[in-house]
Amino acid sequence: MSRITREEVANLARLARLDLAESELDEYAQQLEIILESVAKVGEVSTKDVKPMSHATGLVNIFREDITKESLKREEILRSAPASEDDRFRVPRILDEE
Amino acid sequence: MSTYDEAIKKYDPVLGLETHVELSTNSKMFCGCSTEFGAEPNTQTCPTCLGLPGSLPVANAIGIESTIRIGLALNCSIAAYSRFARKNYFYPDMPKDFQTSQYDEPLCSNGYLDVLVDTEDGTKPFRVEIERVHLEEDTGKLTHAGGTTGRIHGADYSLVDYNRAGIPLVEIVTKPVPDTGEYAPLVAKAYVTELRDLLRGLNVSDVRMEEGSLRCDVNLSLTPKGSKTWGTRTETKNVNSLRSVERAIKSEIERQSLELDKGNIIKQETRHFQEDTGTTRSGRSKEVAEEYRYFPEPDLVPIAPDKAWIEKLKKDLPEQPSIRRTRLAKEWNFTDLEMRDVATLGGVDLIADTIAQGTSPASARKWWAGELSGHASKAGVELIDLKITPTDIARIDALVNDGKLTDKLARQVIEAVLNSEGNPDEVIKKRNLSVVSDDSALIPAIEEAIAANPDAAAKIREGKVQVVGVIVGAVMKTTGGSADAAKVRELVLKTLGQ
Ligand SMILES: [Zn+2]
Repeated sequence: MSRITREEVANLARLARLDLAESELDEYAQQLEIILESVAKVGEVSTKDVKPMSHATGLVNIFREDITKESLKREEILRSAPASEDDRFRVPRILDEE
Repeated sequence: MSTYDEAIKKYDPVLGLETHVELSTNSKMFCGCSTEFGAEPNTQTCPTCLGLPGSLPVANAIGIESTIRIGLALNCSIAAYSRFARKNYFYPDMPKDFQTSQYDEPLCSNGYLDVLVDTEDGTKPFRVEIERVHLEEDTGKLTHAGGTTGRIHGADYSLVDYNRAGIPLVEIVTKPVPDTGEYAPLVAKAYVTELRDLLRGLNVSDVRMEEGSLRCDVNLSLTPKGSKTWGTRTETKNVNSLRSVERAIKSEIERQSLELDKGNIIKQETRHFQEDTGTTRSGRSKEVAEEYRYFPEPDLVPIAPDKAWIEKLKKDLPEQPSIRRTRLAKEWNFTDLEMRDVATLGGVDLIADTIAQGTSPASARKWWAGELSGHASKAGVELIDLKITPTDIARIDALVNDGKLTDKLARQVIEAVLNSEGNPDEVIKKRNLSVVSDDSALIPAIEEAIAANPDAAAKIREGKVQVVGVIVGAVMKTTGGSADAAKVRELVLKTLGQ
């Protein structure tokens, strides 16, 4: 198992929108290292004859009919929003994308 | 030599298209919220499409079926086993902070769509290979508030409407299309046109480009002639009409060739098409590869389409648009060129519906491709978006044939219907547009016209009937086009002893 680098932690932090200080990068690198080592134990199990799976139930093709149901009341959903305006959710401006 | 011709002489364009199609299901992809267009903001949301804790998605059967049908119509293989995946990103257009999409196991892959393009050497077929067709969900709509331009730069904050979030969205991705040379813009346009007709024929989407139910991203790179390595590609977004598809590619070929000529490199980036100038503008740079950290969606079980089901869907596919057009052209007695024009205008179904109501094919084509296409292009919309129906046109045409309307009056009726003044009969009544065809009303005008054209009248008396047009024309003029020309002709000849 290769050691997780500071750069990898910094990248993960960026993707997760976490503002980490320089000093925290080493701390989290160590912690992630422990987690990865623990998870790596799963790799020791012989899975030669086991198909990769993403679900425990083994079910496939669970669909619903294309029928509309009543939606929530707008006042109700906007009441739980941090901010709203003009019947819409109000969110901080986004700088780096269009 | 134009910039474009210069570019094509030196470089080979390689194009690619990503098309997003909103499916016209009744309910969203993973919840029961309505998908109706134009509803009040945030009136079509629920815990599932808002991503509230504890909510669980369930896939819409028609969404799955429609995607498979699109794949089959595009000659794709249908996956025996396919999964949804989470595409993780932070952007407020998705309340869940991920989009349910498909990653390495799309429902359909490896297909093709053949298109025809007019070249200098006549009509030539081009094959556009399809990489994949996958199913995902649409995002919410952002409005940028504050600032001045309504654009994101300078905006103080954004407002979000989640009505669209969760509507089934099918993404159709082509493989890179090489060897189209100077016809690259036309091949792209023909592909989107053909795809639109195919989707309309499948009845899976409204395919309205200006309402956003059909959206196009265009990838383009240039390869120096003789080189084997393709250049760096750019992705142009916001290409939302057939004409824009053609213009965006042309302008990107010109821009990239000028950059390369100057010795600059092409940056891999997202660009935005600007409708007003017909050019593309730099957007987000893609230097840092996007990391969406896809993983299989744990809340949705895999899809394993039954072979018999696929066979049945395949058998029940409608006739392919190109085959249907060939058949209809024969049936309607249209030339290939006439049919292609009609298809590009998106008028095949409109004409078919008009003919089904008793109009002759030639007249139906005249109204839609001759008269109404002008109104559509003036308004910058497609034929199908005009506020007039095949029923209206069939009625107007019948009135013309019965001598109740002249062509000129018919055009006035069309304009009024387009202005939402009512159906043809209501408009005729309201505007008092009936044709003057009873003899007593026409006789004074005819006598006046004969008196004003003594030479022509004399010739007709001598039997030179072909000059009757002069007098008929004069009558039509004094009656302001409201006279029935055939009736006038008959009366003029009768008055002059023929
Ligand atoms: Zn919902």
